[in-house]
Amino acid sequence: MKWAPALFGLLALALWEAAVRIGDVPVYILPGPIAVASAFVADPVGLLQSLASTLFVTFAALLVAAVLGVAMAVGMSASRLAQAAIQPWAVALQVTPLPAIAPLIIIWVGEPFAALVVCATIIAFFPLFANTATGLASPPPELNDLFRLYGASRWRTMALLRLPAALPYFLSGLRISGGLALVGAVVAELVAGTGGFASGLAYRILEASFRLEMPRMFAALFLLALAGILLNFGLGAAGQAILRRRGLA
Amino acid sequence: MLTIGHVGRRFAGGVEALRDTSLRLTEGDFVALLGPSGCGKSTLLRLIAGLDQPDDGALTWDGRPPAAGDIGYVFQDATLLPWATAEDNVFLPLRLRGQGRDDAMPQVHAVLRRVGLAGFEKSRPRQLSGGMRMRVSIARALVTRPRLLLMDEPFAALDEFTRHKLQADLLEVWRDAGCTVVFVTHSIYEAAFLARRIVLMTPRPGRIDREITSTLTQSPQTRLDPAYAALVAETTRGMESALQ
Ligand SMILES: Nc1ncnc2c1ncn2[C@@H]1O[C@H](COP(=O)(O)OP(=O)(O)OP(=O)(O)O)[C@@H](O)[C@H]1O
Ligand SMILES: [Mg+2]
Repeated sequence: MKWAPALFGLLALALWEAAVRIGDVPVYILPGPIAVASAFVADPVGLLQSLASTLFVTFAALLVAAVLGVAMAVGMSASRLAQAAIQPWAVALQVTPLPAIAPLIIIWVGEPFAALVVCATIIAFFPLFANTATGLASPPPELNDLFRLYGASRWRTMALLRLPAALPYFLSGLRISGGLALVGAVVAELVAGTGGFASGLAYRILEASFRLEMPRMFAALFLLALAGILLNFGLGAAGQAILRRRGLA
Repeated sequence: MLTIGHVGRRFAGGVEALRDTSLRLTEGDFVALLGPSGCGKSTLLRLIAGLDQPDDGALTWDGRPPAAGDIGYVFQDATLLPWATAEDNVFLPLRLRGQGRDDAMPQVHAVLRRVGLAGFEKSRPRQLSGGMRMRVSIARALVTRPRLLLMDEPFAALDEFTRHKLQADLLEVWRDAGCTVVFVTHSIYEAAFLARRIVLMTPRPGRIDREITSTLTQSPQTRLDPAYAALVAETTRGMESALQ
């Protein structure tokens, strides 16, 4: 059971290689996996550096989104006025397609790395914010009554009841936002890359496609997919571990 | 201890939950509030706890009004913090009063022992049975040594055996602690077994219809006592006429 995905992947790779060879597909249309692997081996440092750059943007954006998301959710749950003021903007931010505003952000922010982080943050922000807000409101009314009965202040109730109750919600938001931050980083890199900013895996993909270096493009794509998968599983496992330590899973 | 005088409570949306309700609680009472669903029992309990304010009438305390910790509240569900151990759940009221953990632990462990949970101090709610969770909830309400213990159908979700055990234990705790108990239930048997005073409420808008005083001497055999059967019969008759 555990090895089923890996076996399936290997089988698919073998079929792919076979299909490319038997069908005599030109390498600039579809390279076989062996060609892709050789493209990676030809320049592992360059590709891995680009991956590191993309991941750096991803994690920076995730961190900023987590801090902003939690801070705004807490502010919102503490005051109805803040809720009325913040909620529509958060939704507006969520429904605005990132590719449409990325060029603007890149121009406004100026410093390219910061611009990438801002773009990725915009897309990673919402799940963290919305999940945390839901979690902060999740304790049953009886528990709120109990805290009131013992004269707990609003901030005490926040610290001892609402924030701990929000933790599982926050963690599942973090997992979703991890994937989104990567998407945001890549989208921003593509936009910035067409503007001549050479960094990140998305730029390598762009560059390879201009030069019709399909194997290299596929190698970059694979790295990206692998990073996405590892990010998703890593955040999932970390969240599970934290919840288990808290006796919640 | 407390005089509830002609209290009324209407909710937004026009629901009149309580009308002209009067009741006196004296030190050491064990009062069962008995009535059909929706008659305002929980509303009355919340008024007593100060979690809600009446629209008409007033609640007057003899002497000083209750401070934080003078009232313990047990809800229908155990409503524990799922991430906290049994001892941390029981520690919560003391913590909210500003007491330190080390300072509070002897008290916390004593009250857990009192409700029969010695050895489960470090267990999380999900590791405990429904009855044990309710015991933690009762311990949490008792840990501040409240003068008044309010219980809102605390055993309704438990099976019969567990309920009987917890009822007997509650009586023991009540006698030891010497506090006043107001116990909401819609079980005539439970009211007859536990209470010294059975207060019958009418359907919405809830009013107090009559009060039955129990003269049972409570013991493990109470349920087999003909006097208990007579009290159940009297309460049933009273409830039927309150429902008219
Ligand atoms: N916060 C509220 N807002 C509006 N209506 C309420 C509120 N709380 C209670 N009510 C209404 O007041 C009435 C009495 O409610 P209450 O919870 O006191 O009944 P109860 O006797 O405790 O019933 P049960 O035995 O089912 O718990 C109900 O009709 C209920 O719908
Ligand atoms: Mg109720």
